[in-house]
Amino acid sequence: MIISAAVAIADARRGKLGERVYSGRSRAIFERGYIAFKSSTWMVIVSGFVEPVLYLFAFGYGLGKLIGNIESGGLSIPYAAYIAPALLATSAMNGAIYDSTMNIFFKLNHDRIYHGMLATSLGPLDVALGEIGLALMRGFLYGVGFMAVVAPLGLIPSLWGILAIPAAVLIAFGFASVGMALTTYMKSFQQLEIINIFLLPMFLFSGSFYPLSVFPEWLQFIIKALPLSQAIHLVRGLTLGQINTALLGHAFYFVVMIAIGLFFTTKRLNALFMK
Amino acid sequence: MSIVDKRRGSLEIIDSKKIISRGSLYVAQARLTAMFKWVWMILAIAVANPVLYLLSIGVGVGAFIDKSAGPAGIDGVKYLTFLAPALLATAAIQGAIDESVFPTLEGFNWWKNFFGMNATAISGNQIATGVFLASLVRVVGTVVIYWFVMLAFGALESSKAWLAIPTAVMAGVAFGSITQAIAGRLKDENVFFVIFNRFVMMPLFLFSGTFYPLSSMPGYLQWIGWISPLWHSTELGRYLTYGHAMTQSMAITHTVFLFSLLVIGFFSSRRVFTKRLAK
Amino acid sequence: MSSPLISARGLTKKFDEFVAVDAIDFDVAKGESFGLLGPNGAGKSTTMRIIGATSQRTSGDLTILGMDPEKFGPQIRAHLGVVPQQDNLDMQLSVSENLYIYGRYFGLSRKFLKAKIEELLEFAQLEEKRDAKVESLSGGMKRRLTIARGLVSEPEILMLDEPTTGLDPQARHILWDRLFRLKEQGVTLIITTHFMDEAEQLCDRLVVMDKGKIMAEGSPAQLIKDYSTKEVLEIRFGSERNSEMANQLRDMCERIEELPDRILLYHEDGEVLLEQIYSAGLHPKTSLVRRSSLEDVFLRLTGRTLVD
Repeated sequence: MIISAAVAIADARRGKLGERVYSGRSRAIFERGYIAFKSSTWMVIVSGFVEPVLYLFAFGYGLGKLIGNIESGGLSIPYAAYIAPALLATSAMNGAIYDSTMNIFFKLNHDRIYHGMLATSLGPLDVALGEIGLALMRGFLYGVGFMAVVAPLGLIPSLWGILAIPAAVLIAFGFASVGMALTTYMKSFQQLEIINIFLLPMFLFSGSFYPLSVFPEWLQFIIKALPLSQAIHLVRGLTLGQINTALLGHAFYFVVMIAIGLFFTTKRLNALFMK
Repeated sequence: MSIVDKRRGSLEIIDSKKIISRGSLYVAQARLTAMFKWVWMILAIAVANPVLYLLSIGVGVGAFIDKSAGPAGIDGVKYLTFLAPALLATAAIQGAIDESVFPTLEGFNWWKNFFGMNATAISGNQIATGVFLASLVRVVGTVVIYWFVMLAFGALESSKAWLAIPTAVMAGVAFGSITQAIAGRLKDENVFFVIFNRFVMMPLFLFSGTFYPLSSMPGYLQWIGWISPLWHSTELGRYLTYGHAMTQSMAITHTVFLFSLLVIGFFSSRRVFTKRLAK
Repeated sequence: MSSPLISARGLTKKFDEFVAVDAIDFDVAKGESFGLLGPNGAGKSTTMRIIGATSQRTSGDLTILGMDPEKFGPQIRAHLGVVPQQDNLDMQLSVSENLYIYGRYFGLSRKFLKAKIEELLEFAQLEEKRDAKVESLSGGMKRRLTIARGLVSEPEILMLDEPTTGLDPQARHILWDRLFRLKEQGVTLIITTHFMDEAEQLCDRLVVMDKGKIMAEGSPAQLIKDYSTKEVLEIRFGSERNSEMANQLRDMCERIEELPDRILLYHEDGEVLLEQIYSAGLHPKTSLVRRSSLEDVFLRLTGRTLVD
């Protein structure tokens, strides 16, 4: 029998950990995304970065005039500097959720692209990691772009603020993996809407625009457990230079989200395509 | 055989005069039937949306603004009262866009059901009018619900407050009919939407005097308000719900602006639909 | 002959209570062109997906190239080229990018793919469309591209699920020609179809499937010989009279099938039979004499037509 290159490559993985779901080639999915991205409209990509900037100007400066300074961690902070990290965290979340829900849903149910991918020697974990990798890339670019706008405006008072970029990527990773896992269970666009219904209140009440202290204590407790609130506290701690061990806790929260999301995504892709 | 035996023929069973007079109502009925499949979802959003926004921004942000503004308040009132009419108009516009843009794209690009309707005796004008009427129903429902939520929050201070319902509805359907006409011309909607949402809707929402008076924005940004139906409707709403100061000529200007937009949108969407179907 | 490339024994697939594939046995030899013929819902596509190592069997034994697909999914898929029933090309990419990225899924090198893409574009007659978006291709072109994509890894086995459904006659003939060439190169083909002419053209050997079971097995010619007569006479008397006439004609031929719109009469010589009918004083509205096909075999085996 002729041993083709494809066969030799697949045989080399034999006996390795997770060989049935992972072939170590998620970069092929990543490469696909890069080629598709090249031919898509760059305006769409650029526009994703515009959203938080608009919010920053409208709220940070417009409302800031009416509100004045905000107390945070014992310091009095200009309103724009208070909401800037929240907007970065929120846009990391929105970008990751959009990539991992709408885009993935379309590929799962209409394009049938995954059927093609999984008919090759790739495994479902390759697909999941590759797609999430793309979401992270976008999150990273938006993070850098936003920082490039807000840092010169003096809204990042601490040098620790540079770590807000990797933090944004970590946040995007967490939301993308959980978002993708949920999407694999969805059957219609209307069910996807449910995710949005959950996102809006989270955005409105997670302490983006004012400290959680205005809420009664039981409500604060619930809000603090939500991922966006965790994300905002993580990024805000870094940009304002309020460094403490709680930040590690927030980061760990996202590590757990990533693990849970990846586990269920792989499991579901296996069930959907390998049944 | 039985089907053939009972055949009477279209000459006998179709009343073409009736179609000419009521065609757009049939289209509206079809749209409303589709809408009613999601009626609980639509109602839930219609209630949850105002409650969440009024609580988070009106009450939450309001607590800080009211503290810093002191007894003078914003435009003489609590921040919640100031903000509510703007959110009312925003909800009307958002609802109108949902019910005009998506059915239009569905009808022309996704399912192409408008071409099917047009293959019956129904005309392009009637399809456009039908879509408009269905979206009007949705907008009225949304605005009425919103208005009662405002009432519950104590954001209505004037006896003329009920008039804010028609002004918000007018802003909604005016904007909706314009986007209906635009959507009717789109061949490739994906890119357009992202751009439209982020470069048109988002700035309009944020810079139309929604969250603070237009006059407190830098002068070079104030033109956004003047071209924005949201601002015109918000101004009228503020006048009607709590007595925001307004000259008579300004009140007429706002009303005429919204009404003209509605007329332009309505007739251009009919034109666009007819042309697209005849192509 | 060496041991078969694919061997199934008692292969069964259930979806909850529904038995899609019901304890089937078959072997496929190297270089053979093997067909699964049957109507929609017969279990052909499910069988294909199990062979393609993207669906797990409920019970029974299956070896592909000596491996169990349950244990060696990725290794087996590396040997297969899959052409699914519905094209699942990547709409965001161009023709040549589709071939390239599919090769990358197998881990093939850029250098290897550069040459391979040229070869495949020529094979699929798509050289002029290399930079075109997939959306702009005709149905036949998309199908050829999907087949070319399936060949990017130089697979031992090419699996085609309904390769020509939905194509016009000219596009089908171009496609058949391409598949013949692959067969000449020694590629093992597994084809599902509900077109008997396609099965007759392409398959060395086939199984007729219905409701998850194998009804018969053999070469197309052998099956026709075993289950039908040499010729068939199709006649129509008009929708109301067909069944009444069928009763009168029953004794004149070997076998008779009454369909909603026409009557099929099985006989070694159709012209002779038609003359007998006329001399009996019967005058059908239309008549047609043709050779027996796999359609007739299927009708005989199941009492139903293939396309319904």
